[in-house]
Amino acid sequence: MEPTSHSFPENVRAGLGDPVLQRALGLARTGFPLRRRQAIERLPEFEALRDEGRRVKDHTLAHLDFYLELYEKNVAAAGGQVHWARNAAEARAAVIEICRSVGARIVTKGKSMVAEEIALNDHLEANGITPIETDLGEYIIQLRHEPPSHIIAPAIHLMKEQVADAFRAAHTELDPDRVLDEPRALCEEARAVLRPHFLAADVGITGANFLIAETGSSIIVTNEGNGDLTQTLPRIHIVVTSLEKIVPTLEDAATLLRLLARSATGQEFSSYTTLSTGPRRPGDLDGPEEYHVVLLDNGRTDLIGGEFQDMLRCLRCAACLNHCPVYVAVGGHAYGWVYPGPMGAVLTPALVGLGEAGHLPNASTFCGRCEEVCPVKIPLPKMMRHWREREFKEALSPPVYRTGLRLWAAVATRPELYHRMVEVKARLLGWLGKTHGRFRSMPLASGWTLARDMPAPEGRSFHSLWAERRGPKGAERKPR
Amino acid sequence: MAEPVRVALLVTCLVDLFRPSVGFAAVALLEAAGCTVEVPRAQTCCGQPAYNSGDRADAKAIARQVISAFTGYDYVVAPSGSCAGMVRVHYPLLFADEPAMLVEAEALAARTWELVSFLVDVRGLSRVAARWDRHATYHDACSGLRELGVKAQPRLLLASVAGLRLSELAEAEVCCGFGGTFCVKYPEISDKMVTDKAAEIAVTGADAVLAGDLGCLLNIAGKLTRLGSRVETRHIAEVLAGMADEIPAIGAPAPSS
Amino acid sequence: MSTARDDILAGIRRGLQRGPLLAEPAARLAEGVAAHRRNLVPARAAALDHRARIDLFMAMAEEVQTTVARVASDDKVPAEVARYLAAENLPAELVMAPDPSLDRIPWDTRPLLAIRRGRAEPGDAVSVTPCLAGIAETGTLLLVSGTDTPTTLNFLPDTHIVVLRAGQVVASYEDGWDLVRARASSAPEAWPRTVNLITGPSRTGDIEQKIQLGAHGPRRLHIVLVDDPETSANEPSPG
Repeated sequence: MEPTSHSFPENVRAGLGDPVLQRALGLARTGFPLRRRQAIERLPEFEALRDEGRRVKDHTLAHLDFYLELYEKNVAAAGGQVHWARNAAEARAAVIEICRSVGARIVTKGKSMVAEEIALNDHLEANGITPIETDLGEYIIQLRHEPPSHIIAPAIHLMKEQVADAFRAAHTELDPDRVLDEPRALCEEARAVLRPHFLAADVGITGANFLIAETGSSIIVTNEGNGDLTQTLPRIHIVVTSLEKIVPTLEDAATLLRLLARSATGQEFSSYTTLSTGPRRPGDLDGPEEYHVVLLDNGRTDLIGGEFQDMLRCLRCAACLNHCPVYVAVGGHAYGWVYPGPMGAVLTPALVGLGEAGHLPNASTFCGRCEEVCPVKIPLPKMMRHWREREFKEALSPPVYRTGLRLWAAVATRPELYHRMVEVKARLLGWLGKTHGRFRSMPLASGWTLARDMPAPEGRSFHSLWAERRGPKGAERKPR
Repeated sequence: MAEPVRVALLVTCLVDLFRPSVGFAAVALLEAAGCTVEVPRAQTCCGQPAYNSGDRADAKAIARQVISAFTGYDYVVAPSGSCAGMVRVHYPLLFADEPAMLVEAEALAARTWELVSFLVDVRGLSRVAARWDRHATYHDACSGLRELGVKAQPRLLLASVAGLRLSELAEAEVCCGFGGTFCVKYPEISDKMVTDKAAEIAVTGADAVLAGDLGCLLNIAGKLTRLGSRVETRHIAEVLAGMADEIPAIGAPAPSS
Repeated sequence: MSTARDDILAGIRRGLQRGPLLAEPAARLAEGVAAHRRNLVPARAAALDHRARIDLFMAMAEEVQTTVARVASDDKVPAEVARYLAAENLPAELVMAPDPSLDRIPWDTRPLLAIRRGRAEPGDAVSVTPCLAGIAETGTLLLVSGTDTPTTLNFLPDTHIVVLRAGQVVASYEDGWDLVRARASSAPEAWPRTVNLITGPSRTGDIEQKIQLGAHGPRRLHIVLVDDPETSANEPSPG
């Protein structure tokens, strides 16, 4: 999808001003953290597993070429094929070519953020192929022609009334007087409407949560079963995925799987965790005849060996989104691309450029909650700071901030000048603000005072008072 | 009580300008805990605004000044988790590429503490002598909480304040939306976050809200007074030092006005 | 002209600041994969004896709305399946995996159960399959595809019934992997196309965070747990 991250401030305003979105986000902001905490409290080894997960990922990245080659060898040994794609265009082309080879008209899709990243659906449609999203959340947003707002719960920004409206508009063959008041009815309708598509699809496209070098397998982690129907029923199964998903062995996958569901939804394990290895075997009664893996780079290898490498550990669990006060305030669409929240703030500039996505790593208070909940201990605030350093070096941030910082630093490194200025400011603002104790408006600070008062200073600086109360030389003695 | 020690107070730029009383409350607490307190004059700011804005060079320049000004003391104490965290956690990272400065940064970091954590974890304090008849709630400022582990210590000392009833704030650990430059760069998001914080404070029914960081407190106080709330906003040091009744709350007018 | 593969591998090596791995380090990594050493395995199930593991398996399965019925032997399975279908108000028709371990069960003692053997078709309401293991740590069933175990049986019908023998209950996912490896060791292409780890019926929380069962996969998952010591041949050794 085309990024709109450069419009982050406008997107934010739209999000904050949307009462339905705010209600929906309100449901998410307490639910996810609570369920995660409950799941973690049941597993004493969780903290130790975080360190193990980090170790597995770091080891893999340090030998990524080895594991990718081993993976490809094992995919081929199982009868599958890996298609390496440097960028979105190559990945799309690989998918189209596979679809064309069997004259595919209908494609069912499991949820895949990489497929969003390469704008696969639009491209399929432009080539006369109809993609049908089967994950319930993805299906809903496909009907509404909007992008996902969360990496595991794509329709989290919607309330049930909006889903009902979308279903009524799209499922015109059904009785218009039917009752669609409750999530139960909506779920039943989706099940019934999508079932024929699962059966009719020529090609099934899924993502992958992990790729296993040892066996040449892809793993999907779902709850609905749509991914499994997508990858079992059609003639062709295509996995659209990216190269940092690889792990060495099944044991390594087990470690990460123990972290994933607990961090994502607070479940012990998802309903369906499925390994796919190659096409059906001789004698199998079902399963696809062909198995393809489109392996995408799209800027990820550029991060290896650099200050953003740790981002490649990401499991796409969304714990950071769920715990981020900025994300739960503005919702995922504000971030303007596929990956929102803290992980999106780090990854998006890497994939679409700092010029486009510079707002994202800046829109953080560095509260640190994301890093605290990341199952593989990615230092997200540190990497957002690295983006800010790059912005500063490349002079991408607005001049008023840069100048302000230089001025501040120039004064702050001259203590006597600084102390005089602070004393003047304290006296002035203290005097101006004495009556009410606060300012309802302040020039140059309208960002603050639009919705908040600015408390008035007490009227003297600490250093001035200290010098007065503790004698002319203060209490400063020569250090020993 | 532990041996007397020489403590240097890291005032913080916000305390210096907005609320020196917090600095004096900190001094009183430190002296009551058996410390001698000095205030190096050559301190201005810890460098965090520059650091978090990506201006590493200026951050380093300011940090060098801090390192130099605070050499030779047993401890450096700040009434702020974010400033103490800047020195303790980030100065070593800042100078990771300068071996000589790194040694000095690490030495300073090891001696630098947030105020309440210092009183409890280093000086072994478990109670204070203050009295304050209030129903209050407490906000966990992010840096102190996540960088320095300041969580139990304020609650321990507040529990010993005579007359004080403390209610836990729902989402106490959720950011108030100050975030230094964040609140002026993204004011609408900041306002949403502080509005949510104000709503949670109201739910507790408390008459006062306390925290250990003046940035958070200015933000929260500014929102509460704009909302017409009667809830008092104060720094925890004022309460622990028994000074709360002598000073107007943050954002409140002086009584004689 | 370099291929995408060449470019990507070259890019990785540039980042790692080295060329392709030399033979010795590559051999060491390959040995690591072949050894597939276990990382930390939680004590939750691993520290239990077999009977306690079964209890844990049942408790964890029931937590996620799997129903479990325990029967004393293979002979009792058909009656339990008939009972379950009647209790759920389902017709006594099912499609069954053509698997020898299920063939051993005396289905003819319940002649009114209409059984078709094979893969699932649209319109099949109930399936019966075996499994490779029950994983106690989260009440998870391990199923593998094969000539006798088509995967569609696990997903197309509304109701999925799994016959699990007590001896098949293991502690951890790692124990499960070892079983798949053992099964596949007979021939390289014997590694199954699909390995399913199934923990409860299908569900979604995509609408207002309210959990609904039966999204696209089965609405009901029922385990018939057979206490049958003679069939515990594939119980793996501990650790």
